[in-house]
Amino acid sequence: MARDKGMTAAIHIELGTVAATLVLVAVAVAVARWERTHLEGDIGVAVARSFVQLTLVGYLIKGIFASNSLAWVALLLAVMVVFGAFTARRRASRVPHAFWPLLVALAIAASATLAVVLMIGVFPAKARYLVPVGGMVIGNAMTAAAVALNRLGDDVHDAAGRIEATLALGATATEAMRPITRRSLRSGMIPLIDSTKTTGLIFFPGTMVGMLLAGASPTDAVRLQLVLLYVLLGAVALATLLAVLLSRRVFFTAEHQLRELPAFARRVPHPRRP
Amino acid sequence: MLFELEGVTAIRGGRVVFENLDGVLLGGATGIVGPSGVGKSTLLRLLNRLADPSSGTVRYRGRDLRERDVLALRREVGLVSQLPASLEGSVADNVLYGPRLADRNADVVASLRLAGLDPAFAPRRADALSVGEQQRVMLARALALQPSVLLLDEPTSALDMATTTSIEATLHDLRDRLGLSFVLVTHDLRQAERVADRVLTLEARALHAWPATKA
Repeated sequence: MARDKGMTAAIHIELGTVAATLVLVAVAVAVARWERTHLEGDIGVAVARSFVQLTLVGYLIKGIFASNSLAWVALLLAVMVVFGAFTARRRASRVPHAFWPLLVALAIAASATLAVVLMIGVFPAKARYLVPVGGMVIGNAMTAAAVALNRLGDDVHDAAGRIEATLALGATATEAMRPITRRSLRSGMIPLIDSTKTTGLIFFPGTMVGMLLAGASPTDAVRLQLVLLYVLLGAVALATLLAVLLSRRVFFTAEHQLRELPAFARRVPHPRRP
Repeated sequence: MLFELEGVTAIRGGRVVFENLDGVLLGGATGIVGPSGVGKSTLLRLLNRLADPSSGTVRYRGRDLRERDVLALRREVGLVSQLPASLEGSVADNVLYGPRLADRNADVVASLRLAGLDPAFAPRRADALSVGEQQRVMLARALALQPSVLLLDEPTSALDMATTTSIEATLHDLRDRLGLSFVLVTHDLRQAERVADRVLTLEARALHAWPATKA
């Protein structure tokens, strides 16, 4: 396999080493039991799923890297977009038919940002770069869009009276939704903006850590990290905007009437950014 | 004739609120009374097209509501809801909201006075006022659009007796000074009799004139 300067894997990790880190998971479980947070099950599921999913994806990526086929890359990213939209939809249960807006938002955000990165020439159009960066973009866009739509659904339900009062004054649906749209966009984007502000001070972002562990020079690690942070800001902004703008339409008829909101839609806790 | 309902059926939350409702609402002040759940609020929402009936026709001044521009209709037929729904910002921002959307000028002071609120309230935060004061802001906000008709959905149900009496006096004043028509829905027959020229009762299939009608 071709190796690229600065991206060489300098460390090899045995499965036993991975297993040893479960000691810290045990600490998390102990804390959950001690404080009766009832999160032991969730922690167990999270650990098991992360192991299985990452291992499978690792083998999948290994195969795609070996083939270096852009078609396979596109297929993998498309699958990620579909799963991302499906996962985010569950968080946005108070937004009817949220799957399609999310699908469009994630697909456009991922395609547009990867296209820009390739055009600028940050890295060549190879599987080794497109897969991890695409995955990162889709993951962050999914989380932001889910947060934004969760907020959108909650706000529309909570402020139905105010929305109708505004419509009664001759406002269009877009005008009536303006404050809610603004708050939803802010909710989706603020976590990433805050983490971008504090990067390097409070935490080291993943790509930079990965590159440093892999033996890259700190300068290269920082620059690539900056590129990715800026790419993510654009992707998250685009995904959030599209998801919110496409979703808010479903709450209204063409005659600027607020549709009856489904009674079954329940409030879902706001997702946490990993 | 202000509004005419012909075979109107309304469904909300999957429940038939009323079916094949017929009735006529004349100009002036009309009170509609009926018990909770009979569909008074739903009826008002049909009159300015916040909702459409699942079947039947609602006419306004002889024309099917659906033939009119919905935004223009809502400016002409204003609605004051049961509970105040203040928008972000000051009282003045609230009053100017509708006129700004329609690219119209509005006199905040005059609107507040018409609604019986001291113009000194204009710079204050609307959502920090008492419920009674906010309800007057809602009234001023609707009046700023200079509507022909005002739909009032139990506007005093959350208010004490003194504030209710004061708002009723304001409604009398608006009718006399501006010649404004309004449709007031309430569960309180006495209030309807105090405020309206004529009172209708909403029943399952029809609007009936209450015997104690004044006009």
